[in-house]
Amino acid sequence: MINVALPKGRLGSSAYKLFEKLGCGPIEENTRKLKFIEESAGLSFFWVKPSDVAIYVERGAADVGVCGKDILLESGADVFELLDLGIGRCRMCVAGYEGRTYDMERPLRVATKFPNIARSYYSGKSRDIDIIKLNGSIELAPVMGLSDVIVDIVESGATLRENGLAPLEEVCRITARLVANKVSYKFKNVEIKRLTEALI
Amino acid sequence: MNIPDSILSPAERVELRLRKLFAESGYRRYRMARFEPYDFYSAHMGFLGGRILTFTDTDGRLMALKPDVTLSIIKNYRGGEEKVSYTEKVYRDIGSSGEFCEISEAGIERLGTVDAEAQREVLALAKASLELISPDHILDVAHIGYVAGLLKETKAKSAVKAELLKLVKTKNVGGVRSLGLDAGVSSVWESLAELYGPAESLSQSLADMSLNGEMSAAAAELAGVSAGANVDFSIIRDMNYYNGLVFKGYVPGASGAVVSGGRYDGLVKSLGGKGGAIGFAVYLDSINGEEA
Repeated sequence: MINVALPKGRLGSSAYKLFEKLGCGPIEENTRKLKFIEESAGLSFFWVKPSDVAIYVERGAADVGVCGKDILLESGADVFELLDLGIGRCRMCVAGYEGRTYDMERPLRVATKFPNIARSYYSGKSRDIDIIKLNGSIELAPVMGLSDVIVDIVESGATLRENGLAPLEEVCRITARLVANKVSYKFKNVEIKRLTEALI
Repeated sequence: MNIPDSILSPAERVELRLRKLFAESGYRRYRMARFEPYDFYSAHMGFLGGRILTFTDTDGRLMALKPDVTLSIIKNYRGGEEKVSYTEKVYRDIGSSGEFCEISEAGIERLGTVDAEAQREVLALAKASLELISPDHILDVAHIGYVAGLLKETKAKSAVKAELLKLVKTKNVGGVRSLGLDAGVSSVWESLAELYGPAESLSQSLADMSLNGEMSAAAAELAGVSAGANVDFSIIRDMNYYNGLVFKGYVPGASGAVVSGGRYDGLVKSLGGKGGAIGFAVYLDSINGEEA
């Protein structure tokens, strides 16, 4: 039996569709069950907060998981990254007011949910920054004057536009990945390899 | 006095059996000081790969709680053939939590001539150590020389090379492919990231994939010592210190490796010594109640 950690929400649902190829039945609608077993496919699924998938897999509570590249980069989790699933496509961007110039004399104030990604991006550009860690509604920060720019995930850019902001620089491209615990990968190698090949 | 097994925790039981195993194999016991000057460790952070717990001594010197035993053993190495073993508590930060931990380690170091016989002996001891922890276990091996040889054939900036090593460590085959290297070199990197299986069946592919003499020599050396182990290049370590064989051992239920070791002639050299060194450590804290 392989334990699979799935991210709750839209990404998790489309990730689960990929597993249907392995003979897993459709998801039960309107259930609050956090764990379910697909006996015939030899898989046991559970739903966790998207940002927690990497840690479940790193610590071995899950053998494999589906996890956005953003979460992997941010957490620096020590896991195997077996496959780019090609779903949950988006971009990590620096966004702010278009055409505005910023005082290079002082650190750039950056609001973000992803402090580690922001830090490594700006240290690569040798730019001092002041990180403001927020947990949601990041777009509000420049509007309220809390920060100069934000580093956040951009899908369509609609939320940015509606708040008068625009993507300024692309940090990296994001897709969902199949990740595996390093010890599980060895002890359940045949099963995990089969799973990986079926998801390609 | 006969001490019944029942009063010992699984980790204590394993620790005592490891001491017996190492002693019977001719390894002399080594005790180290609790503290060392911080300078000594700070010069070798690449080898330690973590943070160190420091404090100020009564005379104002910056001291460190020992983060590692290997460095001290090698510092005290006076040449010749030496076989030492230890069981110590060390202090460093581990994993993604970033917290300092006390880690119980038992291990051996074999210093002097590191030939195929020495490598086989150390690997056999690593295997025997794993056996003491759990009958169900896996020993993985890789060869740093093979990767060093491949790096020489790879025409890329050093940042890309560093990225390649990271991709191999995370078995990210797609990531290697997306770097857009020369097809020939890229396919070897991709295989290296993907490769996993018994050494007996993979030795030939490693030899066939070799692009230069250094890689062939490494593949041959690995094939000569790795019987019964699995080949996995995701376990490669810092290349300034490690040069030949590297290996890691796993038991089910632990979230990381319980045995970790390799050959680090580079460390001996950087501490001003001469000769080779190979050894491993067993992480006793990762042994839980279910095993042994």
